[in-house]
Amino acid sequence: MSKQVTLTINGKQVTVPDGLTVADAAKVAGIDIPVFCHHPKLEPVGMCRMCLVEIGRPMLDRATGQVVMENGQPKIQFMPKLETACTNRVSEGMVVMTTSDKAVDGQKGTVEFLLTSHPLDCPVCDKGGECPLQNLTMQFGPGQSRFNYAEKLHLEKQVPLGELIWLDRERCIQCARCIRFQDEIAGEAVLGFDERGRNTQIISISDPGFDSVFSGNTTDICPVGALTTADFRFGARPWELKAQASVCTQCPVGCNTTLNTRREAKAGGDIVVKRVMPRQNEEVNEIWLCDKGRFAYHYTEGKERLTKPMIRKEGKLARASWDAATKFAAEKFSANKKDFVVLASGRLANEDLFNLKSLADTAGGTAILYSDMGGGELTQLVGVGAGTNIGTMGKGDAISVIASDLYEEAPIWWLRIKQAADRGATLIVANPRETKLDRFAKYTIRYAYGDEMKTVADFGKKSKIADEFAKAKNAMVFFGSEGLGVTGTSALASACAALLKDTDHVGRPNNGLVGVWQRANDQGAFEVGFKPEADLEKALKGKAVYIVGADPVGDDPNLAKALKGAKFVAVQDILETATTEIADAVFPAQAFTEREGTFVSGERRVQRFYAAVPAKGDSRPDFAITSMVAKQMGIILEGSSPSVVFDILANSLDAFNEVSYERLAEVNGQWPIVGRGDLYYGGTTYENTHGLGVQLIPVAQVGGTVRISKVRKEAALRPKEKELLAVPVNRLYDLGVTIQSAELLGQRVGEAFVSMHSATVKKLGLEVGQPVKISFDGINAEAVLKVDDTISTGVVLVPRSMGIAIREPVVARVQSRSEGKVK
Amino acid sequence: MGVFDPIIELSKGLGETLRSFLFEKTVTYQYPEEKRPVRPRFRGRHELKRYDNGLEKCIGCSLCAAACPADAIFVESSENTDEKRFSPGERYASTYEINMLRCIYCGFCEDACPTEAIVLDDNYELSFTDRKQAIYTKDMLLVPVATEQMLTPRKVEPGVYTRSVPEMKDPTD
Repeated sequence: MSKQVTLTINGKQVTVPDGLTVADAAKVAGIDIPVFCHHPKLEPVGMCRMCLVEIGRPMLDRATGQVVMENGQPKIQFMPKLETACTNRVSEGMVVMTTSDKAVDGQKGTVEFLLTSHPLDCPVCDKGGECPLQNLTMQFGPGQSRFNYAEKLHLEKQVPLGELIWLDRERCIQCARCIRFQDEIAGEAVLGFDERGRNTQIISISDPGFDSVFSGNTTDICPVGALTTADFRFGARPWELKAQASVCTQCPVGCNTTLNTRREAKAGGDIVVKRVMPRQNEEVNEIWLCDKGRFAYHYTEGKERLTKPMIRKEGKLARASWDAATKFAAEKFSANKKDFVVLASGRLANEDLFNLKSLADTAGGTAILYSDMGGGELTQLVGVGAGTNIGTMGKGDAISVIASDLYEEAPIWWLRIKQAADRGATLIVANPRETKLDRFAKYTIRYAYGDEMKTVADFGKKSKIADEFAKAKNAMVFFGSEGLGVTGTSALASACAALLKDTDHVGRPNNGLVGVWQRANDQGAFEVGFKPEADLEKALKGKAVYIVGADPVGDDPNLAKALKGAKFVAVQDILETATTEIADAVFPAQAFTEREGTFVSGERRVQRFYAAVPAKGDSRPDFAITSMVAKQMGIILEGSSPSVVFDILANSLDAFNEVSYERLAEVNGQWPIVGRGDLYYGGTTYENTHGLGVQLIPVAQVGGTVRISKVRKEAALRPKEKELLAVPVNRLYDLGVTIQSAELLGQRVGEAFVSMHSATVKKLGLEVGQPVKISFDGINAEAVLKVDDTISTGVVLVPRSMGIAIREPVVARVQSRSEGKVK
Repeated sequence: MGVFDPIIELSKGLGETLRSFLFEKTVTYQYPEEKRPVRPRFRGRHELKRYDNGLEKCIGCSLCAAACPADAIFVESSENTDEKRFSPGERYASTYEINMLRCIYCGFCEDACPTEAIVLDDNYELSFTDRKQAIYTKDMLLVPVATEQMLTPRKVEPGVYTRSVPEMKDPTD
């Protein structure tokens, strides 16, 4: 435990850890010192002068260095002027007065100055109602201004910093919280100050404007209404919103969120989600949320939502009752028990996946996870130990990221790993091309696509990097699916697991393996026993398939062909997709905003989400639909309540034994304090009152035997002359169904593209920026050609979910459009 | 008491009636043909006022809804453009509804309004035959305009109407 310091604030004795600022120490003691520029997550700058207080320190004798005593008490020497509480660190015996006449006078003066040019916008300002400036003016302001009203400065009012964030220059009080967030926390210096003095203003210094996936966070910590989101612009007044706890469904990080809802006339009188706000969980997302998590929620309210069960009659999908639809599907599944396949994705909650797996097992079918990644059984063995918190990693620890571009795949992990590296952790990034994380890495390893196994194997050999990794106090390995398919990732996962085991980095907190999965609950799917399938086409052909939460037809023409050759296809989803179009039976499911459930994050933290809005149409939660289908097949599965399903799940799976809905809802104190009435301090992030979740204990931590079977290395693909190795990579903003409905993000998705090295472009005689034809595996697609010189030659990168179906590395041909036409 | 006393009293009274009937001005108003003028501070049905140029004063800030003790007001706002302008500034009320069955005519909404858009006016003739009729929508509450050119939304010169709240001349006022 760090050194403790005792000081007196407003006559109250306070003992706090050394190194805290006076403002933070007061907060710990429950005394409010008003702040604007200070934020507990940022380095202090002392720009706004709002936190002026009187500070006195024990007087030292110049000759002896001893504390001067007076009447048996140390003599306190006060500074002649007020000091900022946010830039002064606590020291032993310090005396602070925050409410003395002098201090109050200083605070009043600061508010008066800040308001000299602040417009009277509160009625039309999106921050109005949750605005630190409003609150502190009421609490600490003078109530009257001595300044001439006519001299108010008028500046630009609606400045788009990017597509997502609006700036109102008049409202800005130049606290630089946004600039400092981008510089210090996000590590992307895309904002800056321009001009001097009264003309100082925030500008975006990137192209496109505000080019950061963390931009939404600046609106949370902005203490005035200068930065607001385009998504929530005039959406509602904050006091009209209801809040419900949820978990982000966009990536395996599992950020805690709060859904703000309101009844809306524009939506036909329905209660809708108006905005998604981060909810504090210092072990997962701290108080941050990426823009995808913040703005992509619109898909749950899309026009394409399925609302009624349907069955195919005379070649057409027709509405049916739940009974008829489930009976129709159940009969087909029962008739084809041997060929029964459940294909589900990690978009579903644990309860859904558990019921689906039980159904598949009892009926004698197979349960397949719709994912391009394997290795989930290894994270159960040697995953990170319970109690893992990247936020506590620093000097002496090591984090290795292999085959993953975390900025695009799991932004909040990227953010937290970057900060761990800032604190001194050894960051090792191994990727075939340059990624944004490279900048913060101590060691960067470049390998050719296909050499992943060899790269990990080299870690075990004697080298500087391997040595540092082996000797690290704690070490974590993140593995992803950059350039890899199911077999590739499975092999990579086993190599990484073996490495961690050999270097004894398993079974403890902050040690172990983490999969950078493609969907939010892939880990949960692995936990209940789902497995991905390398040859999905073969696995689906001629089968009776029950597809849940996935769109294989829209994703891949080859899978579409396979499914057209299936005996029967039932699709259960929230949205109309290409797959529902070919389905024989369609079941409308409820979105995560409409029901309760749990997810397992990549760090194996089980987290609970709650229902925020009423269900659309006649939709039902996935686990209940599965239970209805099962009932028609003569199999009894729980379908009444998610907590009961979870109890059954917890009883039947060892890792979940100790977990229950009650435990998932437990909260203990967190620092910094956010989201209460004093939102000037931490911003508008919501306080966590609905549960921090429970991290599952990996087998290695309970002392179980860990046997890692060697996975055979895939034979390297050898492209012939004129051929290229096409590899899949992941992008944050893609054409996935969960993003398409968010118009704002759509602007950042762009069109389908492939990228390659400029030498490769030259060799093939192609033209950059022009559409090219790419063909592999019987797929012919067109995409714009981009150039990226950090890729090795002879390789073409194909982003996943961007219109070209690619699940694993393949040999491809790339031709210019005209060339393609001739043939 | 004399025998004629009651008759005297009765004729006195009847005499008074006859006098006021013949010589005094009547106080009865022949409502609805004839209407009594209301007092200056009378609180009747709400009206949404306009500026002289026809632009709506209401900026959709919802403060009236927040102030309403009966939760009778529902406001939803949207963004103005110079091509399609309802009110000055960035924001206007795209939905404005008052449930007159809930309203208690306390006038808090008037007090809360930063632009003096909502005013409890003189109209007290409210009657409904079903509950839906009691919900007054924005077009029912907005005051009519003199000419068609003053209707909202309308196209305006860009960059003129940039401020939602009219500038105060003297903040101590």
